[in-house]
Amino acid sequence: MSEATQALYLAVELVISMDAGLVEIVLLSLQVSLLAVAVACAIGLPLGALLGIARFRGRRLLISINNALMGLPPVVVGLAVYLMLSRSGPFGVFGLLYTPTAMIIAQTLLVLPIVAALSRQTIEDLNAEYDEYLRSLDMRLAGRLKTLLWDGRASLATAAIAGLGRAIAEVGAVIIVGGNIDHVTRVMTTAIALETSKGDLALALALGLVLVTIALALNAAVEILRAGAERKLHAGA
Amino acid sequence: MLAPETTALASFRSVSYASAGDRLLSDIELTIARQGITTIMGPNGAGKSTLLRLLAGLLRPTSGTLTWHRPAGTGQIETAFVFQRPVILRRTVSANIRHAISPLKLPDAQASRRVDAALSDCSLEHLRDAPGRRLSGGEQQRLAMARALARQPDVLLLDEPTASLDPAATNAIEQIALACADKATKVVLVTHDAGQARRLSNDVIFLNAGRAVEHSPAAAFFNQPLSQPARDYLAGRITITDT
Ligand SMILES: Nc1ncnc2c1ncn2[C@@H]1O[C@H](COP(=O)(O)OP(=O)(O)OP(=O)(O)O)[C@@H](O)[C@H]1O
Ligand SMILES: [Mg+2]
Repeated sequence: MSEATQALYLAVELVISMDAGLVEIVLLSLQVSLLAVAVACAIGLPLGALLGIARFRGRRLLISINNALMGLPPVVVGLAVYLMLSRSGPFGVFGLLYTPTAMIIAQTLLVLPIVAALSRQTIEDLNAEYDEYLRSLDMRLAGRLKTLLWDGRASLATAAIAGLGRAIAEVGAVIIVGGNIDHVTRVMTTAIALETSKGDLALALALGLVLVTIALALNAAVEILRAGAERKLHAGA
Repeated sequence: MLAPETTALASFRSVSYASAGDRLLSDIELTIARQGITTIMGPNGAGKSTLLRLLAGLLRPTSGTLTWHRPAGTGQIETAFVFQRPVILRRTVSANIRHAISPLKLPDAQASRRVDAALSDCSLEHLRDAPGRRLSGGEQQRLAMARALARQPDVLLLDEPTASLDPAATNAIEQIALACADKATKVVLVTHDAGQARRLSNDVIFLNAGRAVEHSPAAAFFNQPLSQPARDYLAGRITITDT
């Protein structure tokens, strides 16, 4: 048996037996990325919505910047957060570097532009459709935002899932600010990156299998949401 | 005879409305009575929906003034608009109605009673939990009507509310309009249905090419329209107008 097939057998065994080390890494990954997406949504949804409906000078510029930030390389975000959190950085006193919190901060920054840009687009389109009706109801800004965010829920959930996909699969940011410390900051991607070079192919492959499964599940979720939204759209034509 | 301020709800004084250089309404001089059902008729593109939007405050006159006459001691005049093409929110039928009254900040129990009453008035009870956007065209129009009724407005603005309704639903909406007018809610109705206009109207405003060419009591309007465009319209002749 070649080294690779042997590793694959071991990997499948790790997954099926729910190996404690493997589970720990997967759970930390999910915890970090889900929290990052939650924070990014809490900030990004209202921000994107405001950007979608408010009319002010410099709005176009902000939208362009937002769109550009979507393509930010994770390593650059990691480096920036590292500089902020390192001993000599402005937030060094909190001692957050190489903690899960640092990884959540980095991934939040990575996901925020995606959530904001996608929700901005969603809310802007919906607002154009609802504008006259909401004005006829004498809805104030808060009520309007609430209406649009709720009615855009299918597309906004898609945005959140897209953000989660980016967070859970990235390695550049978490490896810089987390450091892949065993039992502390080791997540799926950093483990794959570093265990491979150390020769623990089985663990890397097992994590790879889990990661691919999660990625496929997220894609399926987006498809289901999209199909649901489309059905409603046709029914509403 | 009463002074105009006590019988008039709103008056247009040489009101014009232009959008992007197009004059959609020109020199409108109208007094809308406080009571009854006022019907606006006129060919496609005459400016009927635009006039309703001015009344709803969704558009402002480009020139002239639109004045509301409020009896002393009464609050803001509230309007509710049933659009020609209603916007249905992406939620259930009952949630659509509840949303429409949410700016009124009613106590929960009262809001629920209003939702139920509106559902039953518009025969939508069996669809209360259906997604609003899955309703048929006519059902959506009834939902738009239900949302407007639940607001219990002072003025109900109806833009062709029965255009895609079956005879029974049309009759139901007509009865609702009459009941509203009986309860001192002003109704301003746009319709192309001359029979409906005869059944419901106290007075008829006839718009043609952005001008109010006639405003008469309903009986007079249908017996003997004063203007040539109104005569042509009622006789089903195409009106050729140069604007
Ligand atoms: N925002 C706008 N900008 C420019 N033109 C407009 C705008 N809205 C409406 N119009 C034009 O104004 C005219 C009057 O429109 P309006 O909707 O008031 O007609 P209507 O009398 O309600 O007709 P219908 O019977 O077809 O509903 C139409 O020619 C229309 O193309
Ligand atoms: Mg119209």
